[in-house]
Amino acid sequence: MDWLDPNLRWVLLGTTLLGIASGTLGAFAFLRGRSLMGDALAHAALPGVCVAFLVGQWLQGRGVLGEGGAKSLGLILLGAGLAGLLAAWCIAGVARHSRLKEDTTQAIILSVFFGAGVVLLTRIQHSGAGGQSGLDKFLFGQAASLVASDVRLMAAIAIVLCLLSFALFKEWKLLCFDPAFGTGLGLPMARLDGVLLLMIVAAVVIGLQAVGVVLIAALLITPPAAARFWTDRLSTMILLSAFFGGCSGVLGTIVSALPASQGLPTGPMIVMAATFVFVLSVLLAPRRGAVARVWRVWRTREKVQRENLLRDWYEVLENHQAQGLQTDVVSLDELSRKRSHNAGGALKQLEKMGLARQREHGWQLTETGQAEAHRVTRNHRLWEMFLMYETSLGAVAVDRDADTVEHFLPPEAIEQLETMLRQIGHEPRLAKGAGAA
Amino acid sequence: MDALWIILIGSLVAVSCSTVGSFLVLRRMAMLGDAISHAVLPGIALAFLLTASRSSWIMLIGAAAFGIITAFLVQVLSRSGGVRSDAAIGVTFTSLFAIGVILISKYASKIDLDTDCVLHGVLEYATMNTLVINGTNYGPIAFWQMLVVGVLVVGFVGVFFKELKIVSFDPETATALGINATLMHYLLMGVVSITTVGAFEPVGAILVVAMLVVPPATAYLLTDDLKTMLWLGALAGVISAALGYVIAVWLNASAAGAMAVVAGGLFGLAFFFSPRHGLVTKRLAQRALSKNVVREDALQALWRAGETEKSPSLDAFGLAAMLKIETGAARRLLGELSRARLIQSQNGGFVLSASGRKQAQELVHRHRVYESYLGGLGYASDHTHAPADRVEHHLTPQLTATIDEAAGNPTTDPHGKEIPHD
Repeated sequence: MDWLDPNLRWVLLGTTLLGIASGTLGAFAFLRGRSLMGDALAHAALPGVCVAFLVGQWLQGRGVLGEGGAKSLGLILLGAGLAGLLAAWCIAGVARHSRLKEDTTQAIILSVFFGAGVVLLTRIQHSGAGGQSGLDKFLFGQAASLVASDVRLMAAIAIVLCLLSFALFKEWKLLCFDPAFGTGLGLPMARLDGVLLLMIVAAVVIGLQAVGVVLIAALLITPPAAARFWTDRLSTMILLSAFFGGCSGVLGTIVSALPASQGLPTGPMIVMAATFVFVLSVLLAPRRGAVARVWRVWRTREKVQRENLLRDWYEVLENHQAQGLQTDVVSLDELSRKRSHNAGGALKQLEKMGLARQREHGWQLTETGQAEAHRVTRNHRLWEMFLMYETSLGAVAVDRDADTVEHFLPPEAIEQLETMLRQIGHEPRLAKGAGAA
Repeated sequence: MDALWIILIGSLVAVSCSTVGSFLVLRRMAMLGDAISHAVLPGIALAFLLTASRSSWIMLIGAAAFGIITAFLVQVLSRSGGVRSDAAIGVTFTSLFAIGVILISKYASKIDLDTDCVLHGVLEYATMNTLVINGTNYGPIAFWQMLVVGVLVVGFVGVFFKELKIVSFDPETATALGINATLMHYLLMGVVSITTVGAFEPVGAILVVAMLVVPPATAYLLTDDLKTMLWLGALAGVISAALGYVIAVWLNASAAGAMAVVAGGLFGLAFFFSPRHGLVTKRLAQRALSKNVVREDALQALWRAGETEKSPSLDAFGLAAMLKIETGAARRLLGELSRARLIQSQNGGFVLSASGRKQAQELVHRHRVYESYLGGLGYASDHTHAPADRVEHHLTPQLTATIDEAAGNPTTDPHGKEIPHD
């Protein structure tokens, strides 16, 4: 790969800007629940590309356009854009005037338009002169075929799209989250939705040559879906989505330009780069990511096991005292008897945390361990009491995850609960922080 | 002979796809069908790499597995991952499809499959590989492969028809009846995948979608009965296959593409002209109804004119003033009525003919009976005309008689005008 190759630099610029623009617009489409619209519009653009080529050829034949005019990107993008708009209109129109829903009409329009495109494409290819039309590069994209003038056009459109998204940020935010409120404010929500759709068509169209009709939709769908994992803020999400889109463009282009991957189409490589970012997000995002979730569940489970063990331990000690035993050393066997699970793992943790220590004939709670066992047991019993008499205590909003009862119940209520515990002889009586002996 | 085989293969593709696709359309999962038809590509490419053969049953199974993986990934991402389901579909199938395309480009020498053909298939070449057993030619392999797929699909729908029907229309009831909706979902997805793989080589990934969705959607606009819908869908598919091939030969273009276009054309016909749900049909019915209303209003206007001593006949200006319509429209209306021999000209205007009188009398009778009825309910006399004007067009003779009785068989309406009787 030659970094100094000016053509590669142009191509990189083009795919990066494409990624940024479609990442930005895709974020709004994603939040509108319109992700698959991009897919439908991209497929539907194929007949537009072919018709534009035929028109270009005709104009060239009449001398209106110069040599190679039929392949002029501007004309082809115009054709693709018009076909995309027609498709969008059909999708909405058929859904409004029939009993089919929009997702079905999307699939219908997508496949029928694409079928028409294939008919035109094969007709052009079979007609001799079109053999080297290069139209098949619009199927899977061929970034290497981009020349400076193409990239300039793409870049101009991409920048306009980004600036417009920036200008319409507030309106589209309403469109995504509360269109009814927007209407109430007197904003033309239907027209704003139309503008969004128009701009999605534009984003799809500029990606056709680099990524192709089949996969360009991925650039609209995947970066925002990835960005959503990292944040709950719209502005952050859009910036992230644009960033991910740009990264996918760069990464995909570079990998497909490597000598080792000779001949790999750029489009699928860019899509795989976006997928790579998505998978990373699914796994690693701080709060929603799979790793964070599993970690959270695991931590909670450990904590629950630890606290259960402490409580069991406390009850064993209570029994010791009731039977007049003088030892505060208990065996692992005694601790495991209460529950079916093996207490060994939780015990190791308690030891590591300095709450328990091993003795000659078993295990003993440290001073902090005793305090903790007392706290956990008291908390648990107060909770039990509370759940039994919830209605008479009149606590309304209860955070059941609260670590201690004190965090959500007023002191009087706790006093009342403690009295109740005492009445049934169930209050934790072992001295806090002092051994039973 | 080749043409016949191609049409036969195309028809088999169409029937299999539309049968299983009907349930996708009913369950609003058309785009999931789209996703699966893309996502089986890596399965096909891997099977090619592993077995180095084209018509392998391993391919069917491998690709079906990928289809189910797609359905599963979409489910996991949208249920547990919190990704919207449409985005989940989009991410999954574009990734899998990209992997497939990369595999095919990378190992192009080993995989005898062109990336372009992945999209639109090569129905034209399907007849080149023929099944030869003991020197006897039994026709194209693609035909037999598609026949097996078709039998499988029809068998699946036949065996699970009741379950599929309930799950499609009322998943809650299905669960209550002990039908495992999740199992049915994955079974359906598996069958969609197998169909897709079978149809992949003849018609390609995206045109499979056309066959999966468009004929069933066409049938859905034509009928409310599931069985009829399945038959009509299959019929629309077969017509698309046959007509599409003819057009493709004529244009020297892709047969699969032409099939999709014909299927789209049939859908367009159903969309506009379906007897009950068609756009044009509905508009025409509305127009006929409003035309009938104006006609009946005109007949009554002529009756009322006949009641007055001054001007028993009406001309276009008079009618226009009474009905509050344009003079031109009134003139056309009078022309129509006189062609129907309901009115005849007299003194430069028009009066009702004998048959016109009969119809008008019936209408005025209804109108005034209803006014009396409203009067009896306590409506002021100046508030009875407008409602009666609307209702009179829809009252049946029987209902009029009932209302007449309820109003106490009045002889005059609240304005003191006589109620005509036969």
